Amino acid sequence: MMIKRSFFGLAKPRFAYESANPAKPEKISMPKIVTLFCKTPYRGNGLLAVGEKVKTGQKVLLYGDSDAYIISSVTGTVSSVSSYIGDFGKSYTAITISASAQEETEDVFGKDPAEISLENAKKFLAFSPGAPALEGFSESDKSKIKTIVVCGVDTDLLMFTQQYVMKNRTEDISKGISILKHITGAESVVIAIPRADNSDSKPCGMKNAGAVGGASGAEIREIRSEYPAALPHMIAKEVLGNVVTAGKTWEEIGISFFSAEAVASVGQAFRSGRVPVNKVVTLIKKDMSKVLVEVRLGTPIRDIFNAFDVTLNEKDRIIIGGPLTGASVYSEDFPVQPDTDAIMVQDAESISAVSDYPCINCGECVRICPVNVPVNMLVRFCEAGKYQDAADMYDLYSCIGCGLCSFVCVAKIPIFQYIRLAKYELERMRLANLESEEAANA
Amino acid sequence: MLNQKKFIVSHAPFWHNGTSISERSYHTVLAAFPAILLGLIQYGAPALGVICLSISSAMLWELAFNKISKCPVTLGDGNAMVIGALFAMLAPATMPWWSVIMGTFVAMIIGKHIYGGIGGNPLNPVALSVAILMLSWKGVFDFNEAYRHYELGFSMAYPLAAVKNFGVSAISDFNAKDLLMGKQVGGIGSGFGLALIVGGIYLMFRGFIRWEISLSFLFGVGLTAMMFNASDPVRYAGAGFHLLTGYTLVAAFFLVPEDSSSPVNLIPMLIFGLSAGVLTVLIRNIGAYVDGTIFAILFMNIVNPLLDKIRPKAIGKAA
Ligand code: SF4
Ligand code: SF4
Repeated sequence: MMIKRSFFGLAKPRFAYESANPAKPEKISMPKIVTLFCKTPYRGNGLLAVGEKVKTGQKVLLYGDSDAYIISSVTGTVSSVSSYIGDFGKSYTAITISASAQEETEDVFGKDPAEISLENAKKFLAFSPGAPALEGFSESDKSKIKTIVVCGVDTDLLMFTQQYVMKNRTEDISKGISILKHITGAESVVIAIPRADNSDSKPCGMKNAGAVGGASGAEIREIRSEYPAALPHMIAKEVLGNVVTAGKTWEEIGISFFSAEAVASVGQAFRSGRVPVNKVVTLIKKDMSKVLVEVRLGTPIRDIFNAFDVTLNEKDRIIIGGPLTGASVYSEDFPVQPDTDAIMVQDAESISAVSDYPCINCGECVRICPVNVPVNMLVRFCEAGKYQDAADMYDLYSCIGCGLCSFVCVAKIPIFQYIRLAKYELERMRLANLESEEAANA
Repeated sequence: MLNQKKFIVSHAPFWHNGTSISERSYHTVLAAFPAILLGLIQYGAPALGVICLSISSAMLWELAFNKISKCPVTLGDGNAMVIGALFAMLAPATMPWWSVIMGTFVAMIIGKHIYGGIGGNPLNPVALSVAILMLSWKGVFDFNEAYRHYELGFSMAYPLAAVKNFGVSAISDFNAKDLLMGKQVGGIGSGFGLALIVGGIYLMFRGFIRWEISLSFLFGVGLTAMMFNASDPVRYAGAGFHLLTGYTLVAAFFLVPEDSSSPVNLIPMLIFGLSAGVLTVLIRNIGAYVDGTIFAILFMNIVNPLLDKIRPKAIGKAA
């Protein structure tokens, strides 16, 4: 993997997605504790008491006035309920469960086909591996989302979680697709798989995808093997020919993205009557070697590091996700979440510093941006806190979040972070305006 | 938790391609070095004096400004060194010391720092300073005057002045090979065409300058000169002569594509380079100045912000 600029800087850097054929994921021993993040902000213990017993696959509701839930991934007792603050100050409720030796599994669904419904899926599967994006669908308005895209590709570099699932869980995926079509009313399902660059090194030889497509009436589309072709916006544009209008949500556009694993979870859940609790994760070590791991949801990443002899020192970096779009975390206690596809560790020495230098207008970012954002201008406005101008004049909302501009910035400006902050601030202002309008109208 | 290890928490992306501003600066000076070397050999100690003074005074001005404005010292990015070196490349070897210091003052402070430092300057700092010196003290950039006491074994007439004053017949002694090999008077580092071309190719291939600008500039110079030459071969020199004399080559690779004062989008880059080239020859042939390069660059710098608004539509942008 080349991560330095080539000697001939004129050549655009190329980032090939991982195309190795991963071996079966290695399982690690059962975690002693798991931590699960519920999307509602922490407001005390709510309905949960410390010491309460839960079974594997059991749905746990937190607060009476909220639908948000978690699915326990182990059998054990709740040992704490606390607050967790993520990126941009987003608040979660963290539920920690100590696992007991004896495992009991809760059967959620019966065998009755009538139980296969959108309502049930929403009620039980939002927390399953791959985090199926079911919120966008509604029973009353089935025409809203027309296309479901099943991503058998990994969005970031160095990881092969979704490719593996796509290739090896064909049965669950076929079933998942039929169920999703049935319960959501989506008109079409498109399966995105990696394009084979040449026939002998077929990345995860997607022969099986044909089986999936054939069985479930889905179309198969190949995605270029070069980053950022597998980011949702790029898939929408290049595969569906659907240029996404800047600032629109996927719901408004009518496309919903599911990872292959999310679809497999849906299939598996209704096949077995249980909510799946195992997550496949690519572990990317300091030397960039990769292992595929299968763990219970909520497993602290420390357990994974221990199992694979990853030693961490002061000033190393832990990244949840891939090298270009992941998020770094400050603790080895951080747990594997339903959407954690990769965990990457970086040695202190290979961490490049950002700087507070101004933009020198070298234009590298403009050359590399896949969607023609005038990054050199945008970054000046973002730095100055002029977010509205950034959005109105310099295409803030066209940015698809690939991070390549930061990667090439000669001045080492954390451009991508500025862009995210700008979007976040504008959203916050929008919500505040809405609120004050509502207050005025009331 | 006690004894918790401290990890680095920062934001995506977690990779960087390893480039830096100082790398750009050092390679620019490296690319300029062969051309400067010939200047040193030809003009000897005075040239060395101008170069050292120019680079050191540029750096001192920057340091002084950093201190006065209580900003972190920015010498490490190498930009002051580049500006000092480029100023010296344009200057005659006999330039008096006070002009050098004045020149670097204008370049560093008026050209760069009052706009907020690197990346903020709307005009090319070196071109600005040369222009101000040319306008304020007529003689300092008069190369015929400057090399009065030199005898280097080739014509001591500044080629552009010769053709301007006496027509094409006056430049019959200059052939392309000699011009390429630096057998002409001019700025310390602007006469050795071959070295400048090699340096320029290096910078373009390494991506340290935007090749679109350099090549369209040369194209503009060549094309306009050719047209003038075709219209009146007695008065106007041909494309080859204009490409190899004056500041054409040093400008093409070291001045015109300066990052901050030039565009970054494709079409604007082409228009920018081409227009600067056309203007250069227009001023040389029908303007008041012997070499129009500097003014052509400054003029295009002013137009640059408008030009750079021509850009491909962002994908997904509504209407
Ligand atoms: S992150 Fe940067 S390069 Fe990527 S789409 Fe956004 S502006 Fe363009
Ligand atoms: S890469 Fe960085 S320094 Fe270069 S133009 Fe873009 S923002 Fe400015």
